[in-house]
Amino acid sequence: MPVFIINRLLQAIGVILVMSVLVFVGLYLIGDPTSMLVSPEATEIERQALRKALGLDQSIWIQYLTFLGNAAHGDFGRSFLTGQPALQLIVERMPATVELVVVAMTFALVVGVPLGILAGLRPKAPSSKAIMTGSILGFSLPNFWIGLMLIMLFAVYLGVLPASARGETVNIGGVALSIFTLDGWQHLALPALTLGMAKAALIIRVTRAATREVLPMDYIKFARAKGLRPSRILKVHLLKNILIPIVTVAGLEFGQAIAFAVVTESVFSWPGMGKLLIDSIITLDRPVVVAYLIMMVFFLVILNLVIDILYIAIDPSAGEKVRD
Amino acid sequence: MNTPMTVSSTAPAEESPFRRLLMQFAENRLALVGLALLLLLAVPAILAPWIAPQNPYDIGSLDILDSQMPPGSMGEMTGITYWLGTDSQARDVLSAVLFGMRTSLLVAFVSVSASLLIGATVGLCAAYFGGWLDALLMRIVDIQLSFPAILVALIMLSILGQGLDKVIVALIVVQWAYFARTARGTALVERNREYILAARCLSLGWRRIIFRHLLPNCLPPLIVIATIDLAHAIALEATLSFLGVGVPVTQPSLGMLIANGFEFMLSGHYWISVFPGIALALAIIGINLVGDHLRDVLNPRNAQ
Repeated sequence: MPVFIINRLLQAIGVILVMSVLVFVGLYLIGDPTSMLVSPEATEIERQALRKALGLDQSIWIQYLTFLGNAAHGDFGRSFLTGQPALQLIVERMPATVELVVVAMTFALVVGVPLGILAGLRPKAPSSKAIMTGSILGFSLPNFWIGLMLIMLFAVYLGVLPASARGETVNIGGVALSIFTLDGWQHLALPALTLGMAKAALIIRVTRAATREVLPMDYIKFARAKGLRPSRILKVHLLKNILIPIVTVAGLEFGQAIAFAVVTESVFSWPGMGKLLIDSIITLDRPVVVAYLIMMVFFLVILNLVIDILYIAIDPSAGEKVRD
Repeated sequence: MNTPMTVSSTAPAEESPFRRLLMQFAENRLALVGLALLLLLAVPAILAPWIAPQNPYDIGSLDILDSQMPPGSMGEMTGITYWLGTDSQARDVLSAVLFGMRTSLLVAFVSVSASLLIGATVGLCAAYFGGWLDALLMRIVDIQLSFPAILVALIMLSILGQGLDKVIVALIVVQWAYFARTARGTALVERNREYILAARCLSLGWRRIIFRHLLPNCLPPLIVIATIDLAHAIALEATLSFLGVGVPVTQPSLGMLIANGFEFMLSGHYWISVFPGIALALAIIGINLVGDHLRDVLNPRNAQ
């Protein structure tokens, strides 16, 4: 177990370093950022001075190490557009994204787990087939398409929900949250539903597969033979055992959802990190793009690491597999 | 194509495996609907330059007075009936959808084929040689698959910039790992079969064993993955183009058409966005129906 954790930790550090090189080489070195920073009439001497000031006259390795050192201190440079530190821009937008993803994942679990159990208990029933067909649509149709259809239905046709932007926020401990106002919920409903539907589709499939796996087990048969009420078998014997894969997948999907919020946020003009990323890619605001990508890689690697370790902590049989 | 040698009791003995697969496939009505749907979308899209009512990218053929006309209206100058309406630049939406579908299918098909080629080669080599090569390649695959596809694609496109070829490269980078993993999984089983042993005893070269003996026997699951992946590629490309980081304006795909119409949707001009959207959804659903059934047909366990 400790060997496994150390192994995974080293791998995580390796991945972060490799990705930082990739992002650095890809975004930092290609092209000349000074051409974006100075006016076209600037003289060559002015350009040289700027290059020196930015450290662009140094060798690649010195530049990379400087970049890495600054990044470790949370300094990714300033946005070309607003002049604010890139990291600050991202951190400011973070609560909106996290709020959206948490609500979407909660929705996915609340809807997905019961439907998945239902489909797993009676795989041949028409209702189960409908659930499974719906789940195929849920994750094969693109996220932005589902968002568009929801806007068509609820914002344009029925006119009951707003189609864009974040609602009224309440400041709690320095963090602006919109889940405590009615207006906030109205604005949150459609984006969260869009993001949540795709995730619910996945949770349904995982829950169904786990249910089908657990049902033929001896302890379920034994519980039935003892004459326990079906509701008790469901709640205690089944639910507890299918929880491990569901929690694992939900954790991994949380990371995916943060990344995928890019799409949902763009559709609904939700002022989160993802919308910032797309705007920055389109306006070539490199420091912000680099800061977002490095932070996201860092976050995903750590999340995967934590889930891997938790998984082994929860499920003893998985630990044995690792040792083998 | 090599298929399981067991011939079902109902089929006559002289039937070829390919024909038997075809018969099996045709048994499922839903899969046939999917196939018909796909042909209905793909054939006009491929023939778009010859059958579309208008070339939507030839500025000269557009009449700006016809912009944002509802479906079914007739252009006064052009004399074309706009069955699906026109967009803000007076382009016939039907023609734009046909051309857009062409771009979407092209990107998906090229990227999936290339990913299949690269992924299968990597996966088969990993399985055949084993050892450190296997460990290294599969570690790379694992790490890549732990990142969300959209994030990998966005990293690639922010490095490469915009363009049809760049979207294809980004999609290949996203997808090859799935094929590598599937190919390796299948090849690990096949590697220990007698025919591989026989080929080794004949001291055939590794290239010949991998590509002439191993590959054909690992194909069925790869074909299934490739079919379903076609839908993923179309969806991902549409998403990237919708976000404005995908295909260029000169070669709009369905995703970009939807994005172009998005701003007009709130004012009730739904058709600019909705018809490309419907075409996109039908293509994805069609591919999924076919792929889903193909999985059942090509699964040797079900063939008995």
